[in-house]
Amino acid sequence: MRHDHLLTAKQLSRADIETVLDRAAAFDDNPAAAGERYADELLALCFFEPSTRTKMSFETAAKRLGGDVVDMGSVESSSVKKGESLADTVRVVEGYADGIVLRHPKQGAAKMASEHVDVPVVNAGDGAGHHPSQTLLDLYTIREHAGLDDISIGIMGDLKYGRTVHSLAHALTNFDVRQHFVSPESLQLPRSVRYDLHEAGAQVQEHESLDAVLPNLDVLYVTRIQRERFPDEDEYEAVAGEYSITPETLDAAKDDLAVMHPLPRVDEIAAAVDETENATYFEQAHNGVPVRMALLDLLLDDD
Amino acid sequence: MTDTELRVSKIQNGTVIDHVSAGEALHVLSLLGIDGTEGTPMSLGMNVPSDRLGRKDVVKVEGRELSDSEAEVLSLIAPEATINIIRDYDVVDKRRVERPEEVGGVLVCPNRECITNAGEPVEPTFAVLEDGLRCEYCGELIREDITAHLRN
Ligand SMILES: [Zn+2]
Repeated sequence: MRHDHLLTAKQLSRADIETVLDRAAAFDDNPAAAGERYADELLALCFFEPSTRTKMSFETAAKRLGGDVVDMGSVESSSVKKGESLADTVRVVEGYADGIVLRHPKQGAAKMASEHVDVPVVNAGDGAGHHPSQTLLDLYTIREHAGLDDISIGIMGDLKYGRTVHSLAHALTNFDVRQHFVSPESLQLPRSVRYDLHEAGAQVQEHESLDAVLPNLDVLYVTRIQRERFPDEDEYEAVAGEYSITPETLDAAKDDLAVMHPLPRVDEIAAAVDETENATYFEQAHNGVPVRMALLDLLLDDD
Repeated sequence: MTDTELRVSKIQNGTVIDHVSAGEALHVLSLLGIDGTEGTPMSLGMNVPSDRLGRKDVVKVEGRELSDSEAEVLSLIAPEATINIIRDYDVVDKRRVERPEEVGGVLVCPNRECITNAGEPVEPTFAVLEDGLRCEYCGELIREDITAHLRN
């Protein structure tokens, strides 16, 4: 993989993705092989928004490779609170660490940060923009369960603001995947993502209901619909109920359907689904570690 | 007003933008940040007969030379335009606008959540697509009315 930074899923070719997933699989099979590959290297964690899960996953990955992390801490306790620009922050942090993992509320923040530093920047979420390391672990999980060619995937929930959805949709255009987007009309894919999918010649269909498409799916990727997207509680309750999964919902699905979710979930997947063979989301979360190990290994490799 | 009459009102130092697509002259002025209140002498010809375009607009602005980034955005509003830089009544530079691959500097990203609107030291930059512009930072598309997104 010849990239200085990981900013969007769009920059990843099929070969890039396969390189990361293959290396992740090797680490997964034999964690000891990771050894001290990343010894003496320090990864800076700059999270301008809270995200315990993603942060811990990167931290675990760095440590499993024999490296360590330095953590900016919460925004409340940092110089950002005093009005320091992101550009200045990353220029300072660059002096401390060998790579920067950045989560920021503004779209394009990671790209801008990458223009100010010489160390690799990994975008760990930029507002409603991209979240490419999540995408890589999603792809890893999909590959394990269904393969990445000649499959049908349903992507359901908040498609408008969900950055994991945007990144995943881009990345899937590298493969022979039929993408079915299921959402209420008000939360359909944004224009810019549609544009890219169209440009990439992706096989895309949009639906307002899961019913018709569910029996054909190999993977169902569920995302959370947030309360604040709706003007009032009643409307939210009605919509959220329609786009949630119970064991009964899955009666109509293929037996080996993999149900995925980027987590955290609230009630869009009923707890009873956890007991089914279809539940894949905890495994998906665990895959974050080998995949981020592979990613760091490739990005931070000096050769 | 005819083309001949327009030619009469010569300017001493400044820019003549010729072969502007008919009806686009006011957009060109807003690109230049001119609304008349700043007292810049200028003249405007709209829907003037033209051999090349059938009808065209012409904009003449005294005391103002177009920057490169303004010329790039001009190419999006008026792809046939020619820019004449005038110094001491002489045309010292005459060029056609060229459609760039990227424009920056004079446009603002319409996405309020974009990092280019967050007070950071970054110049909004847009890729020029066949049918619009796209923010290089957040991916937002500008499909219609480019001039609505000019920096004030
Ligand atoms: Zn933007």
